[in-house]
Amino acid sequence: MPQLFPEQASSFAPHVDALYGFMIAVTAFFSLLIGTLVVVFAIKFRRRPDHEVATEIHESGVLEIAWTIIPFGIVLVMFFWGASVWFRITRPPADAIEVYVTGKQWMWKIQHADGHREMNELHVPVGRPVRLTMASEDVIHSFFVPAFRLKRDVVPGRFATAWFEATKPGKYHLFCAEFCGTRHSGMIGWVYAMTPPEYQAWLTGGVAGESLAAAGAKRFVEHACNTCHGDQPGARGPSLTGIFGKPVRIQGGQVAMVDEAYIRESIVNPQAKLVEGYPPIMPTFQGLISEEGLLQLTAYIKSLSPATAPGAAPIPAAAAAERKPAKP
Amino acid sequence: MAEAHAVHGHAGPHDAPPELRHHFVDLPAQREASALGMWVFLVTEVLFFGGMFTAYAIYRAIYRTAFEEASNLLDIKLGAFNTAVLIMSSLTMALAVWASSQGKKNLIILFLILTILLGGAFLGVKVIEYKQKFDHHEVPGPHFAPLNEKTHQPLPPQSELFFSLYFCMTGLHALHMIIGIGLLTWLILKARRGVFTPRYNTPVDMVGLYWHFVDIVWIFLFPLLYLLGRHTL
Amino acid sequence: MSSYAPDETPRVAERPNYLNAGYGPKSWLLTIDHKRIAILYLSGVTFFFAIGGLYAAAIRLELVTPAGEVFQAETYNKLFTTHGVMMVFFFMIPGIPGVLGNFLIPLMIGAKDVAFPRLNLLSWYLYIVGGLIALWATVHGGVDTGWTFYTPYSTVYSNGWVVVTAVGVFIAGFSSILTGLNFLVTIHTMRAPGMGWSRMPLFCWSMYATAIIQILGTPIIAITLLLVAAERLFHLGVFDPAQGGDPVLFQHLFWFYSHPAVYIMVLPALGVISELVTAFARKPIYGYKFIAASSVAIATLSFLVWGHHMFVSGQSVYAGLVFSILSFMVGVPSAIKVFNWTATLYKGSVSYQTPLLYALGFIGLFTFGGLTGLFLAALGLDIHVHDTYFIVAHFHYIMVGGTIMAYLGGLHYWWPKISGKLYPEYWSRVSAWVIFIGFNLTFFPQFIVGYLGMPRRYHAYPDEFQVLNVLSTAGASILGIGYVIPLVYFAWSMRYGKDAADNPWGATGLEWETPSPPPTENFPVTPTVTGRPYDYLTGREEAAVG
Repeated sequence: MPQLFPEQASSFAPHVDALYGFMIAVTAFFSLLIGTLVVVFAIKFRRRPDHEVATEIHESGVLEIAWTIIPFGIVLVMFFWGASVWFRITRPPADAIEVYVTGKQWMWKIQHADGHREMNELHVPVGRPVRLTMASEDVIHSFFVPAFRLKRDVVPGRFATAWFEATKPGKYHLFCAEFCGTRHSGMIGWVYAMTPPEYQAWLTGGVAGESLAAAGAKRFVEHACNTCHGDQPGARGPSLTGIFGKPVRIQGGQVAMVDEAYIRESIVNPQAKLVEGYPPIMPTFQGLISEEGLLQLTAYIKSLSPATAPGAAPIPAAAAAERKPAKP
Repeated sequence: MAEAHAVHGHAGPHDAPPELRHHFVDLPAQREASALGMWVFLVTEVLFFGGMFTAYAIYRAIYRTAFEEASNLLDIKLGAFNTAVLIMSSLTMALAVWASSQGKKNLIILFLILTILLGGAFLGVKVIEYKQKFDHHEVPGPHFAPLNEKTHQPLPPQSELFFSLYFCMTGLHALHMIIGIGLLTWLILKARRGVFTPRYNTPVDMVGLYWHFVDIVWIFLFPLLYLLGRHTL
Repeated sequence: MSSYAPDETPRVAERPNYLNAGYGPKSWLLTIDHKRIAILYLSGVTFFFAIGGLYAAAIRLELVTPAGEVFQAETYNKLFTTHGVMMVFFFMIPGIPGVLGNFLIPLMIGAKDVAFPRLNLLSWYLYIVGGLIALWATVHGGVDTGWTFYTPYSTVYSNGWVVVTAVGVFIAGFSSILTGLNFLVTIHTMRAPGMGWSRMPLFCWSMYATAIIQILGTPIIAITLLLVAAERLFHLGVFDPAQGGDPVLFQHLFWFYSHPAVYIMVLPALGVISELVTAFARKPIYGYKFIAASSVAIATLSFLVWGHHMFVSGQSVYAGLVFSILSFMVGVPSAIKVFNWTATLYKGSVSYQTPLLYALGFIGLFTFGGLTGLFLAALGLDIHVHDTYFIVAHFHYIMVGGTIMAYLGGLHYWWPKISGKLYPEYWSRVSAWVIFIGFNLTFFPQFIVGYLGMPRRYHAYPDEFQVLNVLSTAGASILGIGYVIPLVYFAWSMRYGKDAADNPWGATGLEWETPSPPPTENFPVTPTVTGRPYDYLTGREEAAVG
């Protein structure tokens, strides 16, 4: 007997499945209702020699309104329930582990904040929220882990963020879910959710490469960003220390939140949300820095704000082992 | 249940006007259908251009500075001249429609020819403008390298988006003008045969609607493409 | 017993009618008779359906085994793309409007033809030219972008014949626009005296709503495909992030048409079912006004929901909420139709001929498939099932279990009028059942495998999905047989079928008051309409047992 439902391995999977169960129940109810009525009427009122003529029935406006209002009410319930599950899925908690993902034809390159790199595999501890910041180097891909009920398109030209908290140790499929060319079906891998001790062992076992933030620091100098954003007195560009996660006033009077998307946009399209009080002299780096480079720079700038971007720095081993899984 | 009586027949073949198509009850019905058809067609054209206007509006908002700099490279004098030419052509077209409603064959042909000439002038100016763009490396593609006229600095890379949309939008508009000129030529041929009378001038009327529509598209294109950010420079 | 009643006297089919009004290719290829143009469309859509069907067979063949063993990956990508392009643009969109809409609308409203007969013929030529261009691309190597042409894959990375296919679809799009324009003007200006809007058949109401969508939506995909072609040819950057363009802008523009497009595909079917249910229950349709209004409501709301295809693409939270609630709302008018059809059967006099079998199958499958659409409108749930086989199952339930069954039901119902012949009732019932069973076996397992996580457009998949895929392929084989049978007996009936009476079903409607087949000019004298539509019971108050 083939499996009919996927495993629930994340904190929001049961919520998605609960909604699914409700929708199945409503679907089954109305399908059976209509199916039965239609079959019963077709049989009971079948044409026979003594029943060639139908019976006129009185049209009821009340009935029409009723069977408009009731379905509308039911779908409203579905809407609110669906929206609430969605808010749960799209709002990462603050203390998440940061993982950076680059999708390219036809592989997933994964980098942990401390520099561990993986190819088509992602190792995470259970009971800790994990936040993915993702970029594509070429076409649209989609990061899909069915057991977590997690899916997010990775669109080139922008960062995509998603989060999950694994609740059950195990090995789970990772698929690319947006058609991306010849080896779309092959752009697959595994997510390994591990108990905290296993995860620690894995962390110390592998070779941690240069952390993303360190790579970003190098690029910052390479592209001469420090000549304007170097915190020197009279600097031509705003300081980048301690700005992440905080609002900033931009020209035109509005306020923007400094998140990954703002940083990326300010690098490729600096005039879009220029910080108030600074001249529009920053050149655009569109096409000059790769998606991976943009991720590195973003990680570096986040590391300049340790208070508001705690996940940017690697977690000390002792603190990780003491964490209890958050309640689903 | 419908009752298929013969409540009224339709006019027999001998007294039907030659312009009446067999499936219409009478000329007014035919005219009403033609007018509704042309208006509906123009609605589809609004949406056809609308897709590009939408793309333009979005990118204009995201890349304000790049688009303004690029827009300033367009020749505002030629653009204004073309606007005046097209508005004049709408006048001559309207006069052609009036003349056709009077059955004045020579006037119809005169005004149609004037409209064609004005349309041709518009297209000629566009050729000049396009050639200028080629010469100044303002055409998207491998040779794209526009320079700001005052500072001689290269424009930001997103200005290529402006020019892509510029060529697509004005190119599609020019194609519609060419089709319009073809339609006007067809009308002249019909007018010469004396087809248009006070009783029947629907084709002239309908082509007039089309021509006015093409004019209105340009009236939107001109300020959106040519006049961005002029007040700041 | 012959299943056609009451007026059974066969007539000699050699009276002058639209079929014998001229012979030879020119009389067909240069016709401006809407009925002949409908037959031209019938040939075209059958041809492209066959091609799309062959590609479907290839897809299901590959998916029998988890490893991609039958075709190479790139070939498989071309298979599902061609299947989608052929079926959507060259079968589903032109299908019911081109065949049944063209044939019936003038007859149903008492007119001699559509408003613009020559434009009607042009529409057919545009359709065929567009289809042949797309076919050329297929034969010369194909396209592998998916029928959705997402950028930047389609504009920068794909090696297939993207521009040629886009041009083919673009041209066919104009066919659709002109058909919609023609039908809209016809319905507005050419109804017979006495046929006010509230006396018009519900099929015409559906076609009117469809025409609105064709007119307002299709130009957007036309310009979008033009931009894709221009981008590919001239390296523009409108959708290319490397130049500052936005791939999600493409998705907005594409779905702004393609969502209403699915209602172009289903509204005509809904209209057919209204006609079938009332005729075979021999009872006035219940809730005429509500059914008519629901068609217009669906057309209107269909333009407001396109963002539900992009919940995981990175739209804002608020956009997601708005599109979600509107997507739920667009399902309500469809539910209203289903309830009204059910009430029409109540206390009717229901006869089980083939068209009714298709109608009952439709009601079941459309209800179920439509309800699965609600799963996709729910934000939190759509995240999981988006781009999986759950979506594939949902839209096939509506388009195949829905539209194609309605198309077949309508073809059977109006076949005596179109051809002047009767099809064999036994075989038509057999194929209806074969299709129903084959269809469910093909697509129900796909809901399950989709929720399990099998993504779309995969030709190789994990082993644990195999059993469900094998079931699906088995169903597809049965379904394929089911589609071949009517092809055979309809063709057979044109030569060997019994002559049909003018009104073999005893149905109401102006089309049944013409001979079978009708003369070229439809009505020698324009009829005047005096009663309400579907007036089965006036004058029959001595009702039998109900």
